Amino acid sequence: MSADTVASRKLWKPKINHAFLLILPSFLIVFVFVYVFILYTIGVSLSANWRPATQDFTPNEDLLEVYGNLFLNPRFQADIRNSLIFAALFLLLTVVGGFILAILVNNLLRSKAFFRGVFLLPYALSFIVTGVVWRWIFNPESGVNLLLYYSGVSGIYENLTGEELRPEWLTSGEVVGDINVLLVQAFPQFEFIQVQLGIPLALIPVVLASSWQLLGFAMAMYLAGLAAIPPEVKEASEVDGASGFRYIRSIAIPMLAPITVTTLVILTHVAFKMFDLVFAMSGSGIGFATDMPGIFVYESMYKALLFNQGAAASIVMLIIVLLIVIPYLVKTNRQRTEED
Amino acid sequence: MTALVNTSTPEGRAARTRSKASRVAQLTILILLLPIFVAPFYVMIMASLKTPEAADVTTMWLPPSPLSLNGLSEAWGKLSPNFINSFLMAVPATLISALLGSFNGYLISKFTFRMSNLMFTLMLVGMFIPYQSILIPLVSFLQLIGLYGTIPGLILVHVVYGIPIATLIFRNYYVAVPKGIVEAATVDGAGVLRTYWSVILPVSIPGFVVAGIFQFTNIWNDFLFAVVTIPNPFIQPVTVALNNLSGTQTVNWNVLMAGAIIAALPTAIAYLALGRFFIQGLTAGSVK
Repeated sequence: MSADTVASRKLWKPKINHAFLLILPSFLIVFVFVYVFILYTIGVSLSANWRPATQDFTPNEDLLEVYGNLFLNPRFQADIRNSLIFAALFLLLTVVGGFILAILVNNLLRSKAFFRGVFLLPYALSFIVTGVVWRWIFNPESGVNLLLYYSGVSGIYENLTGEELRPEWLTSGEVVGDINVLLVQAFPQFEFIQVQLGIPLALIPVVLASSWQLLGFAMAMYLAGLAAIPPEVKEASEVDGASGFRYIRSIAIPMLAPITVTTLVILTHVAFKMFDLVFAMSGSGIGFATDMPGIFVYESMYKALLFNQGAAASIVMLIIVLLIVIPYLVKTNRQRTEED
Repeated sequence: MTALVNTSTPEGRAARTRSKASRVAQLTILILLLPIFVAPFYVMIMASLKTPEAADVTTMWLPPSPLSLNGLSEAWGKLSPNFINSFLMAVPATLISALLGSFNGYLISKFTFRMSNLMFTLMLVGMFIPYQSILIPLVSFLQLIGLYGTIPGLILVHVVYGIPIATLIFRNYYVAVPKGIVEAATVDGAGVLRTYWSVILPVSIPGFVVAGIFQFTNIWNDFLFAVVTIPNPFIQPVTVALNNLSGTQTVNWNVLMAGAIIAALPTAIAYLALGRFFIQGLTAGSVK
């Protein structure tokens, strides 16, 4: 071994350890607050006698009983239904809408900054503010129904059908298009589902308010992606006569696929964690039409003091979110390692 | 781009007319969408300027007449302590988490050490978890160290759960800083800390603005941590106080909407003043 390499090793090796040692405190704190705390919550979910004062972790005889009961609980069944339907409608509207806004805004010249600014402003607000305002826009006594009245739409509807046009919005308990009968006919084991498996109409205003807040985020992601498409690609496609919809379909959508994946992962995890906005806008709703797992956890823990039930529901939420996020993080981690 | 369309041929002129027509059509669509995006702001501002008598949800869309600052002053009277609490919470939490994020981001982007990728990925999981799944031990922990129900306790919570996102933002920022300048400093005999202090920090100001505005917005807007860890209404931040106000039947509509404006104002101002950095944080914070 030459003196040279010994010297250079001496120069580098301790520094490498320094970096590791210096990041260790942050890592350990996050590790405890995330992983150890999750284990603690799992422990609480398995012990019916756990209370903040006693911290009694004696496990139940039937260990997973609380999880079984959770899925038999009609309210939690409604929460899972609401979460899935909310996520599907919200993602569709926000990702497609955000993409269209980005394409439209990106082609603007002088007014680009203005429109981008307006569409993104709601994202800077708190979900509580959004919920407090939209709650009244979708109140049957005011908001949208007043606009239907002023614009004459209500009058036309009444003349045509003889009925009053007065959507109940957030105060609706109606669930449309339920598939329970079909489902149980095909799979009798689903008989345990007690809620109507359809679209609760009261969720639609919640989807609209959430999309209002997050459309700007999806738009900003796509705008960043569009800006990263090399100008040569756009010019070449124009020379080849690919403009307008052709350009969007054959160039923009394929090239923005990684952005779509990132945006979908982030917005899906936002959808399944949705709490504040619904809490402030409609709460649980009529017949739990707008209840969410996040609200169920909060009320189980801090209103009903059913700690094991709340903990179990929060672990179900966690598993749903991790199923979406972990594959994505593993993939980006691999890309990062390859870059290095 | 447009230079490539040859305007001297009929086809070129037609293409140009087409693109101009489509641009006008696109602008029209955007202008038509504008009212939907502006409507909630319109409702808030109009209602907050109405007199208590004129403030009624059934006349929501009508402009205020006569103008009144009653709603804003009454809302300020109710929310100002909580508004100050929000600042006392968000400013220190933002500064500390940005500093930690900057330091960690520097270590992760500029040094290769064993398990650095694994450690980083494990940390990133922390920014995605539903916080409901850690609330029970979090409250017990805060009680144990005597910070339950206090603003310092809430600062601690925001700092810890802000580490992943702040580290990510700075890691993505420092990737663009050439590794060579770190190596040069090391060859000159500077250690990891000295290099951070004298080489990295001076070029970090834009990174701090990006991470700072992003974290300030996140922390100011938080509701769940605050409502769970602070039961005392006088110590709660403004988001919790606004939600309480919204649940009170006796509160006038003009006061409630004025309260919503007050709660929204700091993040909205930060966004309007530093929008460019806000967008950078939002795209840099989305895992790359």
